[in-house]
Amino acid sequence: MTAKISIRHVQKSFRIRRSPGQHSEHQHALSDIHLEVRQGEFMVIVGPSGCGKSTLLDLLAGLTRPDSGQLLLDGKEIAGPDLDRGIVFQQYALFPWKTALANVEFGLEAKGISRRERRETARHYISLVGLSGFEHRYPYELSGGMKQRVAIARSLAYDPEVLLMDEPFAALDAQTRETLQSELLRIWEATGKTIIFITHGIDEAVYLGQRVAVMSSRPGRIKQIVDIPFQSRRNEEDLRSNPEFVRLRHEIWELLKDEVSRAQEQEKQKTLDSFGGKETLLKGGA
Amino acid sequence: MAGGRGETLILQEKKSLNWGWPLAQLRKAIKNSIVILAMLVIWEAAPRAGLVNTTFLPPVTEVAAAWWQLLLSGDLAEHMGASLARSMGGFLLAILISIPLGLAIGWWKPVSEYLNPLLELMRNTAALAILPVFILLLGLGETSKVAIVLYACLFPLLLNTISGVKNVDPLLIKSARSMGLSPVSLFRKVIIPASLPTIFVGIRQAGASSILVLVAAEMVGATSGLGYLIQYSQFSFLIPQMYAGIITISVIGVILNFLLVNLEKRLTGWKQSYRE
Ligand SMILES: Nc1ncnc2c1ncn2[C@@H]1O[C@H](COP(=O)(O)OP(=O)(O)OP(=O)(O)O)[C@@H](O)[C@H]1O
Ligand SMILES: [Mg+2]
Repeated sequence: MTAKISIRHVQKSFRIRRSPGQHSEHQHALSDIHLEVRQGEFMVIVGPSGCGKSTLLDLLAGLTRPDSGQLLLDGKEIAGPDLDRGIVFQQYALFPWKTALANVEFGLEAKGISRRERRETARHYISLVGLSGFEHRYPYELSGGMKQRVAIARSLAYDPEVLLMDEPFAALDAQTRETLQSELLRIWEATGKTIIFITHGIDEAVYLGQRVAVMSSRPGRIKQIVDIPFQSRRNEEDLRSNPEFVRLRHEIWELLKDEVSRAQEQEKQKTLDSFGGKETLLKGGA
Repeated sequence: MAGGRGETLILQEKKSLNWGWPLAQLRKAIKNSIVILAMLVIWEAAPRAGLVNTTFLPPVTEVAAAWWQLLLSGDLAEHMGASLARSMGGFLLAILISIPLGLAIGWWKPVSEYLNPLLELMRNTAALAILPVFILLLGLGETSKVAIVLYACLFPLLLNTISGVKNVDPLLIKSARSMGLSPVSLFRKVIIPASLPTIFVGIRQAGASSILVLVAAEMVGATSGLGYLIQYSQFSFLIPQMYAGIITISVIGVILNFLLVNLEKRLTGWKQSYRE
């Protein structure tokens, strides 16, 4: 299979000012990222907080440009944002003056689809994420998880070839998350979309991904890519108790452990907590 | 679907809230008017009881009678018409000028950084302080009055529009750009709706000052208008008429604010109201 997305030696740094009035300095967010994602692949990226995952997604969306290196989509350099890539932002980014339905319609509007068809498609995706009956609510009337689901529906609705998802299920309760995980797998299997999925959940990474890329602490690099060789993921209960699943989870946990503590030393913040608490990690290690 | 039960519960709650609607409405009406009613009663009783001099503060019924007379004679309509034409003229002109200008300045960041100190300074130059300049340049006629209102409305509108545009959540811009929106549709579909609430703060400030400034201007050199009516009544010792003029202005101010607040609610109803 050919590469749908190739990320070649990409570097990105930000100008930051440690305190007001001081000279700005460069902080490396990504250093020499190299990654190929195949057509139709489900690629999961995990890494400690602040390692540059969202930065990488912005680059792929075409919202920012790399300092050096190349990002290719179908062999062509990514020049800017387009509707061939759908992005689900970590912080929802819904338009507060639009209802849930109108938010989902937004991308379709940009695509130039007729009003009638827009409405129908949007309704379909709203019900897909389990929000039927909430079409006419404004974002402030929705819970965090509901907003997240609207954002997911919005990016699915305009039918992009590539889905870029930044911790899309982080704000959901366990049941809803599981429903949407299997829904996403179903959509992926049915449509053959290429998905790049960022998560803090090791379980989620192993369950969803065909490959899991583990990133190092800042400046982010791809530390290692772990193949997840399951054929079918539909029967989740079986999968989670599968010894192979447990082994892979442990492997990723080991890879992450050092990076997380390094990131903690770097930032002295509770990075471990954002990985779903120590329990998740310990369970992974058990 | 998980959470399905919670969802129906929320819907039911909304319905039961609707049931209590007339009662709540009544309670609100009482809450809103009781203090004013009490004040009117005191205004009536105090002069009659001889607590204050009736010459300087006639009972409210006398003021009401004077107001009725003014209304019947057509004087009130004439003065009100003159005042409203001036203040609405200046106010609408200010909206027409400063909202598009503010949108452009706000979007064009370097320009706004250069202009902001000047605009702040001009906003804080009391409009009435430069009224003499306007009279000097434009004479005592309508032009100087509309101009002073325009000046007073311009800066709150401009500054609020600029800050509205500048403070649009960058994430929303990012999200819209990720869907391939052109700069023009980005402006139309994201920047303008997102800055609308802040623009409305400016519109309400401008609406209030349009009346405030005008009345003062009419007291200086005018032959019509509510400000003139008040000033003239005071000189001629028509005290009930003077109070009638003052009350008319207050009521106009309240009505204007009410209209603007309602328009704001209609246009920015998506905003969370923390008071509920
Ligand atoms: N616009 C910006 N300006 C300056 N620094 C930035 C900017 N965006 C990100 N950074 C920095 O780049 C680094 C990577 O940020 P990024 O948001 O990509 O992390 P992340 O891996 O998504 O973290 P998390 O898991 O917490 O979401 C961080 O150190 C952050 O401080
Ligand atoms: Mg992030």
